[in-house]
Amino acid sequence: MANPEEIEESSDEIVKKMMFVMRKAPHGTINPYEGLEVMLIVAAYDQDLSAVFLDDGVYAIKKGQDPKEIGAKDFSTTFRVLPGYGIEKIYVEKESLENRGLTVEDLLLEVEVVDKSEVTKLMQEQDVLFPF
Amino acid sequence: MLFTVNKSPFLFGHLDSCLQYAIKDTPILLIEDGVYAASKGTSYEKKLKEALGKFEIYALGPDLKARGIASVIDGVKIVDYAGFVDLAEKHNVAPWI
Amino acid sequence: MGVKLKFGILILEGPYQHQSSDSAYNFAIAALEKGHEVSGVFLYNDGVNNATSFGDPPQDDRNVQEKWSKLAQEKGIDIVVCIAAGKRRGLIDDNLIKGTRISGLGQLTDLAISTDRLVTFGD
Repeated sequence: MANPEEIEESSDEIVKKMMFVMRKAPHGTINPYEGLEVMLIVAAYDQDLSAVFLDDGVYAIKKGQDPKEIGAKDFSTTFRVLPGYGIEKIYVEKESLENRGLTVEDLLLEVEVVDKSEVTKLMQEQDVLFPF
Repeated sequence: MLFTVNKSPFLFGHLDSCLQYAIKDTPILLIEDGVYAASKGTSYEKKLKEALGKFEIYALGPDLKARGIASVIDGVKIVDYAGFVDLAEKHNVAPWI
Repeated sequence: MGVKLKFGILILEGPYQHQSSDSAYNFAIAALEKGHEVSGVFLYNDGVNNATSFGDPPQDDRNVQEKWSKLAQEKGIDIVVCIAAGKRRGLIDDNLIKGTRISGLGQLTDLAISTDRLVTFGD
């Protein structure tokens, strides 16, 4: 059985490239929200982290969300704390934005816009992909 | 990178999406409802055959059997769970869910 | 025998509603049969429901929760239920199936760091 202490020791030495692949829209499923919660915890472990918003994931960081009338929590602005938590490599896919009639002006945090081929390249470099 | 796709291509765009992020010779493993994409004679067959020209496409045998899919498009490689593990040994896994 | 790897498994969907848990289980078995280690399974999102002790499926169907419980105990696999996702969905210490435990997302992070491959099953 994996010994938690052993895991902790190895965590101190190993740095993995981990990417959060955010493809789902907010509120229809809990994925972006619980994905964000993972990001905030993983950020404390000094790993090489990045997040890419593509497909419907771009909607998770869209401005102007107001879920009061559906009785849900607005977690969208929490994405803004990611750089402060150490997740500075935050990408959004150009084609996903364009397909949804969005621009960076519609997003609530500063992101680096990359095209599909760059997203492809970034994903290939990762050790771990977290899909949300 | 090994992509895993578990949804049918008729109801979901996951396989279409994943094919846009695969590089040459990328292995793509169809599991669960994803195996329907490997069925012969569907409206997706042409697209799957095009993908076979660029990528390695696998389908999980037990999932094909469960769904009564007796044969798959030529070129799709059928693997069992041991084969799934073999693929995961060689590649990091990108779950396209 | 080839290289022995450490696999971590992340399950994001609950039992029965999605095939994820079954696929993950079958993958785990195959990995063990090939001589690999399955260091841990982390249950997140609705995946926490794989750890309920209240499951009571029909006799002629598989008991997903019991299968994981048995595997955890027989093979020493650390099955962890995320505390936050668990609380949201009503999985607490009192209704956890044997062989599983509650912990935080730090455990998922450790799993991702310490294993050779993290394999995710979800929908």
